[in-house]
Amino acid sequence: MSGLHELGAAEVARRVRGRDVRAEDVTRACLERIASGDAQLGAFLLVMGERALDRARRVDAAVARGDDPGPLCGVPVALKDVLAVEGVATTCGSRLLEGYAPPFTATAVRRLEDAGAVLLGKTNMDEFAMGSSTENSAYQPTRNPWDLTRVPGGSSGGSAAAVAACMAPLALGSDTGGSIRQPAALCGVVGVKPTYGRVSRYGLVAFASSLDQIGPLCRSVEDAALALSAICGPDPADSTSSAEPLPDLTAALEAPARGRRIGVPWSFLEQGVEAGTLAAFREALRVLESEGATLVDVSLPSLPHAIAAYYLVATAEASSNLARFDGVRYGKRADPGRDLARMYGETRERGFGPEVKRRILLGTFALASGYYDAYYLRAQKVRRLIRDDFDRAFAACDVVATPTSPTPAFRLGEKSDDPLQMYLADIFTVPANLAGLPGISVPCGLSAGLPVGLQLVGRAFDEETLLGVARCFEQATDHHAARPPF
Amino acid sequence: MLDSPAMTRVDESVVAHVARLARIELRDDERRLFARQLAEVVAYAESLQALDLDGVVAFGGGGAAPAFRDDEARPGLPKGRALASAPDAADDLFRVPRVLP
Repeated sequence: MSGLHELGAAEVARRVRGRDVRAEDVTRACLERIASGDAQLGAFLLVMGERALDRARRVDAAVARGDDPGPLCGVPVALKDVLAVEGVATTCGSRLLEGYAPPFTATAVRRLEDAGAVLLGKTNMDEFAMGSSTENSAYQPTRNPWDLTRVPGGSSGGSAAAVAACMAPLALGSDTGGSIRQPAALCGVVGVKPTYGRVSRYGLVAFASSLDQIGPLCRSVEDAALALSAICGPDPADSTSSAEPLPDLTAALEAPARGRRIGVPWSFLEQGVEAGTLAAFREALRVLESEGATLVDVSLPSLPHAIAAYYLVATAEASSNLARFDGVRYGKRADPGRDLARMYGETRERGFGPEVKRRILLGTFALASGYYDAYYLRAQKVRRLIRDDFDRAFAACDVVATPTSPTPAFRLGEKSDDPLQMYLADIFTVPANLAGLPGISVPCGLSAGLPVGLQLVGRAFDEETLLGVARCFEQATDHHAARPPF
Repeated sequence: MLDSPAMTRVDESVVAHVARLARIELRDDERRLFARQLAEVVAYAESLQALDLDGVVAFGGGGAAPAFRDDEARPGLPKGRALASAPDAADDLFRVPRVLP
């Protein structure tokens, strides 16, 4: 029998509810795995050991009484450190927020706990979720469990590495331009960015408010469906959260691929995809076809402009959102001298790392007097073109397939001196954020021993079809069962 | 002030200007580095200037239409909890350096 830390989320919930295993033992197995491996991996910024065990014991007690603690009964969950938990340190990977303990809990996190989940700890991330490698964390790098010399992707790299290394069956991340799907792909796990508005952003430290969504990272599509069913839904604390009813995602997993139309934007893929990644992608399409799906060539002509639009919109919104970090209400204050402006300037100079400063400056530039129309507004119009491209494509297909990332995991330090090159690697993930659409990355094989992700993007609020197709692919292959040598 | 968009060139003076707007006291070496890096990114983003976007309606994410709740008083965050993470607080207030000399 495999170790308890290797069980998936749905399996844990079933077995804890059936009194086959105790939530406390599963939690302890995950904590032991973290204790033995995380010094090498660097996935966690904070482990909430006693709190987790206490919570797990309460789940066990409820089960023993005959109560059902919920669909995530006893499932240990790791949280990207961008999500607020009342009274628990929340750093966003930044020195500026060192020591900050929020006075409230994020809605998505509260919903997980209400569904019976056990919070294990907070995971490492690029500072304020800005990055694609988790190298921008002010605290530590996180390593890819498939190859410790390589990055786990980012910005939710700690969550992806923790799930891939079986330190947690489930984690939450946030995705502004691919920050769930890309690290999921690079670490060989499943990651979902829901439709914009599906999950309340209350308690998620804001990066780019019109792009940010919270979503799960886990080791199967079934586990993703379980997590999404718990966290989605309207919330009075987030005016952009949607009241659109969530279909029964578990039932959606039973739908066959037969008759599904998979759109492939072949001309867009000519932009450059690493050979092993392209081979794995082509093989994934062949599998879907053999399962009865039809492949359709679709055109998304505005996508080559996605990166430029994304880095204007995201940084503009970030420059505004991060204005709140000024050393007054929370975080570390620098230079408490006599001059207020100097206090602001020094606090932000010392508190923010280079990537955050770069993006605040770029965003301030894009919003500066005389520039708003030329940059921010133009970029928002390009988003409309991209959304229109997808809407036209969805007349001919049910989901759009691409590789999640043009390359597998790169080496630590390989791209950190060249921001533009790092940004260009987000080419396949940013379109879904710009268009507000749901996307999933599922493992689809290896390139030179490193995981490759298949990305599917669906219609707005059609997570049902998205997860259904992903599940068919997963059942037809054993890529999701591959584990890193770590 | 900044140039017109058609001839945008990001140099150290532009970076110094936006850093002032963003309230970040950059070091000299950072100003040089960011000028070079931001010039590259802005040059890349200039491709958007060639697009014909007349009549295109901006798209802001596609979330729900802003939902308004009833205008009823309800409890907010208690002062003590709001102040708990402040770097400097006194008398139930956030304390900051004086604004006027």
